[in-house]
Amino acid sequence: MSIARKLMTGDEAVARGAWEAGVKVAAAYPGTPSTEILENIALYDEIYAEWSPNEKVALEVAGNAAIAGVRAIASMKHVGLNVAADPFMTLAYTGIGRGLVVACADDPGMHSSQNEQDNRYYAKLAKVPMLEPSNSQEALDMTKEAFKISEDYDTPVLIVLTTRVCHGKNPVTLSDREEVETKEFIRNTAKYVMVPGHARKRHVIVEERAEKLKELSEKSIYNRIIKGNGKIGIISSGVASQYAMEVMPDADFLLLGMTYPLPEKLIGKFANSVEKLYVVEELEPYLEEQIKAFGIEVIGKDVFPRCGELNPELIRNGLTGTEISATRIPEDVFIPSRPPVLCPGCPHRGFFHIVNKNKLFVTGDIGCYTLSVLPPLTSMDTCICMGASISGAIGFAKAFEGQPGKKVVAVLGDSTFMHSGLTGLMDTVYNKANVITCVLDNRTTAMTGHQEHPGTGFTVKGEPTHSVDIAAVAKALGVKYVYEVDPYNLDETNKAVKACLKINAPSVIVAKRACALKCRNQDFALSVIDQAECKKCGACLKIGCPAIIKKGDVIMVDKGMCYGCGICRQVCPFGAINAVE
Amino acid sequence: MFNETINTIMVGVGGQGIILASEVLSEVALLAGYDVSKSEVHGMAQRGGSVSSHVRFGETVRSPLIERGQADFMLAFEKVEGLRTCDMLKENATIIMNDTEIVPTTVSLGIGEYPTDVTDRLTGMGFNLVLVDAIDLAIKAGTFKAANVVLLATLASFLKIEKDMWIEVIKRRVPQKFLDINLNAFALGYEASNT
Repeated sequence: MSIARKLMTGDEAVARGAWEAGVKVAAAYPGTPSTEILENIALYDEIYAEWSPNEKVALEVAGNAAIAGVRAIASMKHVGLNVAADPFMTLAYTGIGRGLVVACADDPGMHSSQNEQDNRYYAKLAKVPMLEPSNSQEALDMTKEAFKISEDYDTPVLIVLTTRVCHGKNPVTLSDREEVETKEFIRNTAKYVMVPGHARKRHVIVEERAEKLKELSEKSIYNRIIKGNGKIGIISSGVASQYAMEVMPDADFLLLGMTYPLPEKLIGKFANSVEKLYVVEELEPYLEEQIKAFGIEVIGKDVFPRCGELNPELIRNGLTGTEISATRIPEDVFIPSRPPVLCPGCPHRGFFHIVNKNKLFVTGDIGCYTLSVLPPLTSMDTCICMGASISGAIGFAKAFEGQPGKKVVAVLGDSTFMHSGLTGLMDTVYNKANVITCVLDNRTTAMTGHQEHPGTGFTVKGEPTHSVDIAAVAKALGVKYVYEVDPYNLDETNKAVKACLKINAPSVIVAKRACALKCRNQDFALSVIDQAECKKCGACLKIGCPAIIKKGDVIMVDKGMCYGCGICRQVCPFGAINAVE
Repeated sequence: MFNETINTIMVGVGGQGIILASEVLSEVALLAGYDVSKSEVHGMAQRGGSVSSHVRFGETVRSPLIERGQADFMLAFEKVEGLRTCDMLKENATIIMNDTEIVPTTVSLGIGEYPTDVTDRLTGMGFNLVLVDAIDLAIKAGTFKAANVVLLATLASFLKIEKDMWIEVIKRRVPQKFLDINLNAFALGYEASNT
């Protein structure tokens, strides 16, 4: 039975589209704003779904499932495709057996990312057809279309979403699942074994395919003209086109849903039908550069920003050159900022308190713990990409050689360790780097909303499975000094750090304590500040717990927020914070 | 039915139940026959930081984001968050504000004071301010956790959508064992603007 209209996010719609398209294998690593694609796929019994340790593994699983004969999808955030770029580029050469779709989610505005790269260039780089949905309905329809294109042209297909499409919610019409017969895999080394001699021939096929795809783009239903009054013409893609259509209802539009390869003839025809031509696109001038290369005059990044996400106001300003008149936020009042913080009860807090006490350099990584960079903890020196903490610490350690007293610790989470920490840790041993690797093991992938990973003991479908033991892995790699501590116990944690500081060899500290958001209602004793004993020194405020509040001159614990981790009780130099009986 | 698109912005602090409130409003609007588009950000933004959700409904809605200066309603789950985003509102817009202050860690660290005149300022700017003691009403209904439903109900009393549709969606979204509490919370919130 199909339901008429249902509200869905773009991520849910991609998952639904994959299900309707008869997908049998799906793999992903969590990353905002793409996480909910696999979370929703995992709800369908007909699809094998997995959280892979990282995006490269995910794409290799999905890509080879497609080669072996079933429809498959890999999903990831924009920077995840950097990790998966290696298989992506060469799967473009081998092609597929059954359809293969790579759904990646860009994050213009960097709501939860370390950069705002425009992944549309990956399609051009790999010469892989690309679709860009602008709302949930298109996300569903284009996912199904992508599988068709993949099989018709023997190529992976890239779907590029953005935060507002992924997490925007709007109505979609649903259909039933179409079962797709498994295609028998027949050995074809010339196609699937990419040794130089084979790959040279496949490259020629990639180029021929790109030419054929141009014809498809010219006639695609997702590249379409909407007639207006003929004065202003706007070429647009993705969610930016939704903003633009609302801001300029009388303009002519060329909406581009298939944006690699571009429909050169259609763009030319549209350009000739309007007086003035604009291109409205988020981030890079991906469309603009190509349209200009076609010899067509167009206005784009001269009037629209290249940094950050677009919104209706920015598009209005760019198109009309006028500022809107809206109420201004009063300037004569201080509005305190409210940045995201480590939650009350977060086990990372205690660990960073100890790091600060020991005045260590910290190469950080991607996860909740990156929030420790903010005041008052301010305990991180670098954060580049997934896994860069350990390898980064090796770089620091080698640069610091001959500078006594400078000691670097690598800090990363358990999920990040599984993702890309292992190779770095191996390097600390292999190349004798004096690095302390600290794995903040909170038993989950916390920042993206608590996904399972190889260390949690459960699959995405909730089935029990082997749980990778981080300390045992470290020992197996050759780390001789491995400590396991409870980060709620500051003394124990400090002793382990001190011990590692004395060693002139690679060491590992696993700070193990489950995420407080995942384990609510622990029945821990809450904390209370004895106002008679409190000397107002502010030591407890320096751990940055949102449950510790200063109102005027009084420092107190908000009972509703306190988790009972007890870290504040350990940092108070006057013993003024007590456990509530 | 409304002829024009109705824009509602919900603002507050991560963890206050804003996403559920915006989901309910969106589903009610869909049930009432409107096109709907809503948007918010997940991930890092939710770790106790400022959060907002945009909900738009009307005959045809394209943009998932409200243009600055175009919101008809604001549901402010926390006072200073309402002030922070007041430039999103139309002149004479209605603000339904939870009478509660959550002190940001920045204030506890001594980076400025929490403003004391939020409501006066917003009224002074010409907005129609409805202050609701949502936590108190929610406790009356059975648990402080239902404050989001109280606020949503006050908003509902301003929208031309049948009350029954709200009840239907709440029944769909809320687990059976919390249903009575949430329906009580809705009833109390619905009357809040009249008291």
